Amino acid sequence: MADTTPIRAGLRLPTGKLAGAGFGLAPIIAAVVLLLIVLAAIFAPQITPHDPIAQNPVLRLKPPSADFPLGTDAYGRDLLSRVIYGARISLIIGLGVTVLAVVLGLAIGLVSGFFRVADAIVMRIMDGLMAMPSVLLAIAIVSLFGASIWTVMAAITIPEIPRVVRLVRSIVLSAREEPYVEAALSLGTSMPRILWRHLMPNTFAPLTVQATYVCASAILTEAILSFLGAGVSTETPTWGNIMAEARIYFQLKPSLILWPGLALSLCILSINLLGDAARDVLDPRMGKRKD
Amino acid sequence: MPVYFVRRVLAAIPVMLVVAVFVFLLLRLTPGDPAAIIAGDMATPAQLERIRDTLGLNDPLHVQFLSWMGRILQGDFGTSLISNKPVIELVEDRMWPTIWIALITITLSVIIAVPMGVLAAWRHRTWVDHIVMTFSVLGFSIPVFVIGYLLIKLFAIDLRWVPVQGYKAPSGDFGGFAIRAVLPALTLASIYIALIARMTRASLLDVLNEDYVRTARAKGLAERRVLFRHALRNAAVPVMTVIGTGFALLISGVVVTESVFNIPGLGRLTVDSIFARDYPVIQALILLTSGIYVAVNLLIDLSYTLLDPRIRY
Amino acid sequence: MAEVLNVENLRVAVDAPGGAEVVRGISLTISEGETVCLVGESGSGKSVTSLATMGLLPKGSLKPVGGAIRLEGEDLLACSAARLRDLRATRMSMIFQEPMTALNPVMKVGDQITEVLKAHTKLSNAECHAKVMDMLTQVGLPDVARIAGSYPHQLSGGQRQRIMIAMALVLEPKLLIADEPTTALDVTTQKQILFLIKELQEKHGTAVLFITHDMGVVSEIAHRVYVMNRGDMVESAPVDTLLRSPREEYTRKLLSAVPSLTPRAARSFASDRTVLQVTELVKRYGGGGFLSKSPETLAANDVNFTLRAGRTLGIVGESGSGKSTVARCVMRLIDPSAGGIRVAGHDIATLSRTGMKPYRKKLQMVFQDPYRSLNPRITVAESIMEGPVNYGTPRAKARARAEELLELVGLPRTAAARYPHQFSGGQRQRIAIARALAMEPDLLVADEAVSALDVSVQAQVLDLLAEVQERMGIAILFITHDLRVAAQICDDVAVMRRGEVVEIGDTATVLGNPRHEYTRALLEAAPGRHWDFAAFAPVSAA
Repeated sequence: MADTTPIRAGLRLPTGKLAGAGFGLAPIIAAVVLLLIVLAAIFAPQITPHDPIAQNPVLRLKPPSADFPLGTDAYGRDLLSRVIYGARISLIIGLGVTVLAVVLGLAIGLVSGFFRVADAIVMRIMDGLMAMPSVLLAIAIVSLFGASIWTVMAAITIPEIPRVVRLVRSIVLSAREEPYVEAALSLGTSMPRILWRHLMPNTFAPLTVQATYVCASAILTEAILSFLGAGVSTETPTWGNIMAEARIYFQLKPSLILWPGLALSLCILSINLLGDAARDVLDPRMGKRKD
Repeated sequence: MPVYFVRRVLAAIPVMLVVAVFVFLLLRLTPGDPAAIIAGDMATPAQLERIRDTLGLNDPLHVQFLSWMGRILQGDFGTSLISNKPVIELVEDRMWPTIWIALITITLSVIIAVPMGVLAAWRHRTWVDHIVMTFSVLGFSIPVFVIGYLLIKLFAIDLRWVPVQGYKAPSGDFGGFAIRAVLPALTLASIYIALIARMTRASLLDVLNEDYVRTARAKGLAERRVLFRHALRNAAVPVMTVIGTGFALLISGVVVTESVFNIPGLGRLTVDSIFARDYPVIQALILLTSGIYVAVNLLIDLSYTLLDPRIRY
Repeated sequence: MAEVLNVENLRVAVDAPGGAEVVRGISLTISEGETVCLVGESGSGKSVTSLATMGLLPKGSLKPVGGAIRLEGEDLLACSAARLRDLRATRMSMIFQEPMTALNPVMKVGDQITEVLKAHTKLSNAECHAKVMDMLTQVGLPDVARIAGSYPHQLSGGQRQRIMIAMALVLEPKLLIADEPTTALDVTTQKQILFLIKELQEKHGTAVLFITHDMGVVSEIAHRVYVMNRGDMVESAPVDTLLRSPREEYTRKLLSAVPSLTPRAARSFASDRTVLQVTELVKRYGGGGFLSKSPETLAANDVNFTLRAGRTLGIVGESGSGKSTVARCVMRLIDPSAGGIRVAGHDIATLSRTGMKPYRKKLQMVFQDPYRSLNPRITVAESIMEGPVNYGTPRAKARARAEELLELVGLPRTAAARYPHQFSGGQRQRIAIARALAMEPDLLVADEAVSALDVSVQAQVLDLLAEVQERMGIAILFITHDLRVAAQICDDVAVMRRGEVVEIGDTATVLGNPRHEYTRALLEAAPGRHWDFAAFAPVSAA
C-alpha cells in the first residue's frame, strides 16, 4: 500500500469547534441549571415548603420571610412553591412539543425531500403555516378547542412543524445529490431503504440542534399563552399564569412577575446554550469538510 | 427582472390560499356548533340562527368558503359580532399604534444589530465577539414580556424616566408619543436584535472564509475595505432573509408587548377578539398579518436582485 | 540575474501548542524572469509555502515558526501587517486555482481591478480606467469595455482566470505566485493561459513561482523545478536535468507514474459478445416550461457506440462535452430523452425503476469523488454487501464475498469492519471498485474515477482496473478528460464535444493519427506531449 493517507494540512481548519472556546464553561453551567430545574419539577411535592394552590387570604402579598422565601401572592400562596411547580408544565410542554414536532417534521420532510410530486404540495402548505404568526395561531386554536394541556401542546406544535420540515427537506435535497446515494440506486437499493439508510442519518445531527431550539421556543410560547390567558387552566401554576395573575400588582410588588420570569428565562437560556454547544460540535457545514 | 418579479408574486398566491383555507377551516373544524361557541351558553335559538345566517353556516362547506373568499377579495372582511362595526373599520382604528411601534422597532433593530454582528465577526473569538454573542443568546432566551416588565421596573418605576404604560398618537403630541414608544420598541427589538446580530455574524464569518476575501487580501487592500467592500455585501442575503422570517416573531411580539404596555393596537384587538370569540375579526386579523408577512418576504426576495447580480430569475 | 525571492529554511506549523509542522525547513530561490515550478502531491505543503510567502496563511490554523522569506532582500516574516499589505500587488501577487470563487461574485470585474490601483497608487479615475483597459487587452480579452462591466458569473472559466492575471500583474510586481492556476480549466484553455503567463512574464521580467501537480505543465513552462513531499523539499534541479535524470527515488516514482500519451499496444480478445449498445442517444435539458427562461440544451446528441466484453471504451472531452451525461444515461441515473441503450440485448432506455432492477446488476459505476461516493456512516463491509443483499444473497455469504473482494482490490480483510474516513482517497476508490465488483457486473462505468487522485495513486488504481478486467472479463466505459489516462487504459476512444461524438475508433488511430480537427486540438493542448516522463526522455520523433 503505497497510497497512505496524505497529510491533510487543512488550509481551512474548521472554525466551529473552537468557536465556542470562550464559552467553554457555559454549556456545563447550562446543563447543571437545566438538571436542577428538571429535578425540582420532578420532586416538586417533596421539596416545596407549601401547597401551591391552597389559598390563604390572611397571608396575601407578604414580603419574603423564613417561611415564605420569595413572599406570597395575591391569594396568600407561597411564590416559591408555585414557581417550582410551574416548571412542570413548561418542561412537559417543551418536551412534548419537541418530540411531536421533530417526529412529524422528520416524516414530512423526508417524504417531501425525496418525492418531487409530494414536495410541491407539502411545501406550499408549510409556507402557508409559516406565514401565520405562531402566537396568534396558537391562541386561536386554544381558545377554539378549549384550554387543556393537549390543545396547548398541539397549538404550539403546529407552527413549529414547518421549520423542522424545511430543515429536513433541505438536508435530504442536498444529500440525495451525493454520489453514495446514486451508488445505492445503482446497487438496486429500494427508495424507502435509501431514505431510511442513506438519507435519514444525515438529518440527526442538525435535528438535535434544531430540537433544542424547538424546545426553547415551545416553552416560551406556552408562557406567552398562559400570560395572555390562553394557556392551560389558570388554576394550574405555570410561570405564565403566575405572571398573568401578578400583572395588576406589578407596581406594588414586581417580584411576583420577576421571579417566575427569572425561572422562565433561566430555563430557556440553558436550553439555548446547550443547543449552541451542540451546534458547535455537530454543525453539518463543519462536518461536511472532506476529512 | 420582470420574469423574476412575476414568478415571485405568483408564488405568493398559493401561500395565501393555504392561509385562507386554514383560517376558514379553523372555525369549521371546531367541535360543536360554531354558532353556539360564538354566542356562548346563554344564547337563545333566535340568536344562534342569526349568527348562523351571518356566517353562512347553513350552506355547504365549499359554498361557504367560496362566498367568503369572494367577499374578502372585494375587501369585505365581514362585521364584528361584538361591536357590529365592519372589521375593516376596527382594523383601521387600531392599526396606527402598531405600525408606528413596528417601524421604530425594525429601524432600531437593524441600526443596532448589524454593526453588532459585523463587529463580532470582525473581532471573532475576542471579548467583543463574546459580549455580542452573550447579548444575542440573552435576547433569544428572555421572553418579551419579561424584558418588558424589567424595563418598566427599571425606567418607569425606579428611575421614573418614562410613564409606565399607555400610548399617544405621534400627530398630536410627538414628545408624549416618543416617550411612551421607547420602552415597547426596545422590548420588541430585543429578540429581533438578537436574531439579526447573530445572523450577520454567522453570515459574515462564512463569507470571510471565501476565496474572494483571500483574493482581496492578496491585492493588498486594507482590512476595512475587505470587510465593507467585499464581505458585507456578500453576507447580506442571509441577513435580509432573517429580517423577513423574523417578521413573524415581531408580529407575535406585538401581541404580547401591546398587552404589557397597554397599547391600543392590533395586538390588543386580536387578544380581545379571541377572548370575545369575535370570529370575523380573528379571521381577518390572521389573514391580514399573514398577508403582511408574505408581502414583506416578497419584497425582501425581490431586493436580492439588487444585492446579488447572480439572482436574475 | 537578480534574485527576487529567497526562501530559507522555512518552517510552518499548525497554530496550536505542539502543532505538527506541515512545512519542514524548505529553501528555494527565484530570479528575475525565471519560472520556478513547485511540484508535489496533495499534502506536500506546496500551497502552504506560497500562502506563507504572501502572508495569507489562515489565521489561527497555520503559522510560520522559523526561517526567512526574503523578497528582494526584505524578510517578509519580519514585516508588519501594513508593510505586507503595501507589498502585495505592488511587489508580489498571487493567482489561485478556482477563478470562479477567487473573484467577488457581486462586483464587476473591472472594478475589482481598479481597486488594486486605488489601493496602491494615486492615479486619477481616468488614468485608472485607461490602465485597466490596457491590462485587459494585454491578457488577451476581447471587447474589454463590455468585459470590464461584467460580473464574474457572466464570464467563462478562462476569461475569469485572465481577469485574475490582469489583477495580479496590473502593478507589475516582481513576483507572481500561481497556485495551480490551470487545474480547474480545460486543456485548450489551460494551454492559452500558460502561454499568456509566459508571454507577460517575458514582457515584464516577472519571477514566477508556479505551483502544480502536473508534470506535463512543468515540462512546458519551468526553468527550474522544486519537488516537495509531505512538507519536505525532496530535490531541485533545472527542468531538463530533473526530467532526464532525477536524483531521488521519490521524484523518479512521481515521473514514472505519469501515463504516456502514446497509446498502448492493441490487445486481442477472446470474446466478441456485445455488452452495451448505445444508439442515437439524446439528452435534452431545459426548454419549454411556463415562464422558464432557460433555453433548451442538448447535453448529448445522436450518440452511438458499441462496447464488447473485456474491452475498455474511453469517452474523452472537455467540461460540458456531454461525456458524463452519456455515462449517467447508461446507468439510468438520469432519463435519456431519446434513443436506445441495449444491455444484454434488452433496451433499458425507457424502463421504470422496478423494470430496471434486473439490469442494475449488470451495470455498475465508480464515481469521481472518493470522499463522497461511500456513505460515511456505514462500514466498508456494509457498503460492499449492500448490492448483493438487495438481490437476495444471504448476509453471511455477502460478507465473506466482501472480504474476498477487499483482498482482490489490494486491501486487508480487516478493512471490512472499518469506516470510510479511515482510508485515503486511493483506498476509498479501491473500496468503491470492490463494491461495484460485488454485483458481478458485465459493465463498469468509471466516471472520472481517477481524476481526483494524485498521480502515483492514480497509476495504482488504473493498474487495478486493468487487472480486474483481465480476470473477470468485464467491459469498462471510462469517462475522462485526461488524454494520457485514456491512451493507457482504453482500447477504443470516443471524442465528444458539445454533446456530439466527433470521432470514434481504436485508441491507436484516434490518438495516434486523429482525423477530426478537435481531436487534434485536444492533443496539441495536452501539456508535456513531447515528453515521455516514465522513460525520462522526450517522445521519440517516430
